[in-house]
Amino acid sequence: MRKGMFYGLLFTAPAILGFAIFTLGPMIASLVLSLTNYNVFKEQTSFAGLDNFVRLFSGEDELFYKSLGITFYFVLLRVPAVILISFGIALLLNLNVKGRAIFRTIIYLPSIVPAVASAMIWMWLLNPDLGLINSLLSRLHLPTSDWLYGEGSVIPSVVLTTLWGIGSTVIIFLAGLSGIPRQYYEAIEVDGGGWFRKLSHVTVPMVTPTIFFNTIMTIIGSFQVFNEAYILTQGGPNNRSLFYVFYLWRTGFRDAEMGYASALAWILFIIILFFTFIVFRTSKSWVYYEGGDRA
Amino acid sequence: MRPSKLSLTASYGVLILISAMFVIPFVWLIRSSLMNLSQIFTMPPEWIPKPFQWSNFHKALTVLPFDVFFKNTLIIVVTVLVGTVITSSIGAFGFSRIQWKGRDTVFAILMTSMMLPAAVTIIPSFLGWQLMGLYDTLYPLIVPAYFGGGIFNIFLLRQFYLTIPRDFDEAAFVDGANYWQIYTRLIFPLSRSAIIVVALFSFLASWNDFMGPLIYLKSDSLFTLALGLQMFQGTYTAQWDLLMAASATVVLPCVIVFLAGQRYFLEGITLTGLKG
Repeated sequence: MRKGMFYGLLFTAPAILGFAIFTLGPMIASLVLSLTNYNVFKEQTSFAGLDNFVRLFSGEDELFYKSLGITFYFVLLRVPAVILISFGIALLLNLNVKGRAIFRTIIYLPSIVPAVASAMIWMWLLNPDLGLINSLLSRLHLPTSDWLYGEGSVIPSVVLTTLWGIGSTVIIFLAGLSGIPRQYYEAIEVDGGGWFRKLSHVTVPMVTPTIFFNTIMTIIGSFQVFNEAYILTQGGPNNRSLFYVFYLWRTGFRDAEMGYASALAWILFIIILFFTFIVFRTSKSWVYYEGGDRA
Repeated sequence: MRPSKLSLTASYGVLILISAMFVIPFVWLIRSSLMNLSQIFTMPPEWIPKPFQWSNFHKALTVLPFDVFFKNTLIIVVTVLVGTVITSSIGAFGFSRIQWKGRDTVFAILMTSMMLPAAVTIIPSFLGWQLMGLYDTLYPLIVPAYFGGGIFNIFLLRQFYLTIPRDFDEAAFVDGANYWQIYTRLIFPLSRSAIIVVALFSFLASWNDFMGPLIYLKSDSLFTLALGLQMFQGTYTAQWDLLMAASATVVLPCVIVFLAGQRYFLEGITLTGLKG
């Protein structure tokens, strides 16, 4: 078609400009900043080379390792929980149950609740003295917990609150499940195979591309958790929930050490890239695509 | 799967139990928002407010200027929605219905920005807006929506546009239409449901945004609902009745919009997840 180039660029110009202004530019600026000691409160800014990175890894900054460890622990706890529970719920919803649409709506609804409001609700539910959950547990003669206020229980508690919002992961699993041809199950029925055989020989292999997609998205999201850290715990108690992005925010915006915070940001970027890469690499051995591998 | 009667009953049981766990936080929110403080702290917990303390809402919404927060949120939500729909749909058009050299490479490069953590760009972006003298204004929260409206939305619409048969454009070309007319009279109207999906996602994203307002806004008079609620929590820590009333007020519009556009939400999630 004539003038394709001109019109093509015209229509995509906002997006291309947006990428240049709000992604590429800031990325380069962030890389440059990470090599300086830029601090909003200090008069002088000078080139610092790799000083920021040396300071990070030398162990001088204990909080860096601490926040990294806490974030890894959170990711390790949350990713399997999200994947297993949402897959389980999707399996149940995929059965021919009546009222499927209602169940689906109920399970999806919490994921649209604003993070601040959701945090308020959970702080109240998990309140150690007055909350519903401890009250229920004590009436059932089960051990109660300090939840968000306990050094050992704070991270599992944050994981618990985020599980309320797994609705969209469930919906994506459900879409993956509905794409499995019925004949596969019928073939197993003919062979006399039961529920477990269907699950392990058809359902799970056929839905691996969806598991792959959800796992990557959940990993990326979990590494970047911020709202919960800021609203629920402010990093406490005793820095036990000092999530990485919260620490980054505090360094950059409260302590105004923007050069150092930029270095922190780049390390997070590399960590996320690394894990995404690992999942991609291993996916060849476990993700099944109908009609050859596309991964 | 064709389940047996027993397993079907068991499945219903588990589903009802899970649904209850998803619903109870909402019930706890509503009941707490309608109780007075002494009833709220009664042990074991009571579920029915006695009497219904409707005044909580009035009190919660007047101790802080929630009307101002609401107005700010509305300004952001509406302007962002308009910008997102316009620029993401024309972008998607340019990446799917027009042939040009390097198109798919450019699109692939833009797609990489979805992998980038917001943390990497947030500090330079903040410094950039500050340099332009626009820190503590609503501009940093609005303007980016007019530059592509987010690659995710372009991706979603592009997927949709690719399913519309090519013959449509060809016929229109023969009739003497240009690209702009094809976009406004043909493709845009044909993709109504995908546009609604983008509009709904855009609404929720800016209604729920917390980090953006937290970083760019300083004056109370510019605060959004999310930020106002957080400030409320800081000020009235132990006033659970008022806190719950304020939270319910922030949640309610979201729930209404979701229930009204449910079909599109579920479609949109499915579309993005499947093609991902």
